[in-house]
Amino acid sequence: MGHAFVSPIREPLITGRKTYKQITDDICGPVEGPPTKSWLAAISFTAVVALIGFATIGYSIMYGIGTYGLDRTVGWGWDITNFVWWVGIGHAGTLISAILLLFRQKWRTGVNRSAEAMTIFAVMCAGMFPLIHMGRIWLMFFVFPYPNSRGPLWVNFNSPLLWDVFAISTYFTVSLLFWYAGLIPDLATVRDRVTGKWQKKLYSIFSFGWRGSAKEWQRFESLSLILAGLAAPLVLSVHTIVSFDFATSVIPGWHTTIFPPYFVAGAIFSGFAMVLTLMLVARKLLKLEDYITIAHIESMNKVIVLTGSIVGVAYITELFMSWYSGSPYEGYAFRNRVSGPYWWAYWAMMTCNVISPQFFWVQSLRRNVIFTFILSIFINIGMWFERFVIIVISLHRDMLPSAWSYYVPTWVEVTIFIGTLGFFMTCFLLFVKVAPVVAVAEVKSILKTSGDQYITQSPEQVEAEINKLAQSSGHYESLIKPQYDDE
Amino acid sequence: MSSKHSKRILYGLYEDEEILLKAVKNARAEGLSIWNCLTPFPVHGLDHAMGIKDTRLHTAGFVFGATGTLTALTFMSWVNTVSYPINFGGKPNLSLPAFIPITFELTVLFASVGMVLLYLFINRLAPGMEPDILDPRTTSHLFLMGFEIDDSTSKAQIDDVRRVLQETGAVEIAEKNIEEEEDGAIRQIF
Repeated sequence: MGHAFVSPIREPLITGRKTYKQITDDICGPVEGPPTKSWLAAISFTAVVALIGFATIGYSIMYGIGTYGLDRTVGWGWDITNFVWWVGIGHAGTLISAILLLFRQKWRTGVNRSAEAMTIFAVMCAGMFPLIHMGRIWLMFFVFPYPNSRGPLWVNFNSPLLWDVFAISTYFTVSLLFWYAGLIPDLATVRDRVTGKWQKKLYSIFSFGWRGSAKEWQRFESLSLILAGLAAPLVLSVHTIVSFDFATSVIPGWHTTIFPPYFVAGAIFSGFAMVLTLMLVARKLLKLEDYITIAHIESMNKVIVLTGSIVGVAYITELFMSWYSGSPYEGYAFRNRVSGPYWWAYWAMMTCNVISPQFFWVQSLRRNVIFTFILSIFINIGMWFERFVIIVISLHRDMLPSAWSYYVPTWVEVTIFIGTLGFFMTCFLLFVKVAPVVAVAEVKSILKTSGDQYITQSPEQVEAEINKLAQSSGHYESLIKPQYDDE
Repeated sequence: MSSKHSKRILYGLYEDEEILLKAVKNARAEGLSIWNCLTPFPVHGLDHAMGIKDTRLHTAGFVFGATGTLTALTFMSWVNTVSYPINFGGKPNLSLPAFIPITFELTVLFASVGMVLLYLFINRLAPGMEPDILDPRTTSHLFLMGFEIDDSTSKAQIDDVRRVLQETGAVEIAEKNIEEEEDGAIRQIF
């Protein structure tokens, strides 16, 4: 059987000499069986955390956001910090599935489905915060432009806060469509395997009647490519617009043109960290080591060291500009960040985001699962602190020193945040139980180029492959003996 | 619109996509007309080997996207200049740069939603759709090439199909009746 020639330098992305049948069995197996005890224990815990969070949201709606630690100086605290943090985490999924699809990165297939699911759940968590923060959540439809009874009164199309409404809702919709369009063929695979009557019925409904005919796949590929082309600039636009919420205001520390690229890099950085945190656990529990290999982890760690360094350069540029601009207000804002009352938040951010990813220049650490897991948690914490630093430190000492304050969150804010973590984990646990965590069809489509049995290993085999390839393409001489023009 | 027809399908199952591709080419070279191929994942070049026209889904995507662009731009311009012009610091009401983010978002939103809905429609994908399945293993690890036969198909023609299936390496050959709808005008275009 012939197959495409793959350079032996390429590391296999599917190990264990899998056949198509084994791939289906391995990935669909955990979906079909009854839930394990550890899964039940985990989801019970996270669901309780989520419920406590929702109850606290209810409390906050009932009594108003006076229950928060906010005051007239610090109007944005944990709520907006959490919003920006969650949106950032929601960037990895679409980046992996859209931008890496356009770049033809094959390792994407092992992690894209779960990363996209994560995106959707993270954006759901993110979306809650601005809504709760409104105080009067029952009037939330006021943010949409609709014909209303208040005269010809429309929303302000010049406001970045409104752009955010459009950006986040579009991002959520497109991510959901992209994810589900890819999931349909895989759910059909489960439909054709399960034996229980109810299981069969449910998977039949959710797989929308997919058959996998040549025409269906042709349209599927066209749709995936165009959606990827649309989602790639979209993912960049979303955090750009989130950064406009800050950058278009005239608060020292916010009013900088560096914000859009800096926020986007930070979002990808934190998103990949969260993908690693979850996938390193999922890969172990669901026994997916053959599909999410060390090569996948190393690729993601390379993205982390790149984006982490961009974020580091951005922090240092900010510091430099606060001095170089000669603006006393900018200068003070940054001196206050580094050595003011919240110095600990600034240095937590610098340590977790700038110093820690630099370890990934070392290959053995990039390929170390335990180290990667610990570091990914550091980055998650660091990126939360970045948003806290930008929001709270810039606000807490404003132009009027008599109004300066020291913001501390109340139990309500902390509980809501922990509640969203519980909600996120509950959704993710549900997802890994009901749907194939790895994109089955897509992994099969890279088997011939990235399966370990197909990657030619020994030098003799490589030479034989080159000869075969050269002869079949009719350029044997020119490939084996490069011909140069005489002078 | 279209209605359901009963069809008798004679099909062969293959174990590898490259064998299927060769089989499709052979069958077409022998002058046989293929009903359809069912595969567990997209097989590159299969649509061209079968002689299926390229999809026009991307063109539709462009049209949906352009609709989004126009909707956003005209609506925001109308609101800011006609319906409710506000004087904010003497700045122009028709401030195109400020409209760009929302215009972009709506372009993407219209294109994506429109394309996905059209995709579901032309592929007959919806909750509750239950097509007749020839072999459940074609969504897992087997590749199917099928031929439509009916009462007018002669014994010699059927034998011909069976011979081609066997010669091209089918591991199983079977016949089954299914119900299938014919494609209407929209499905044929896209």
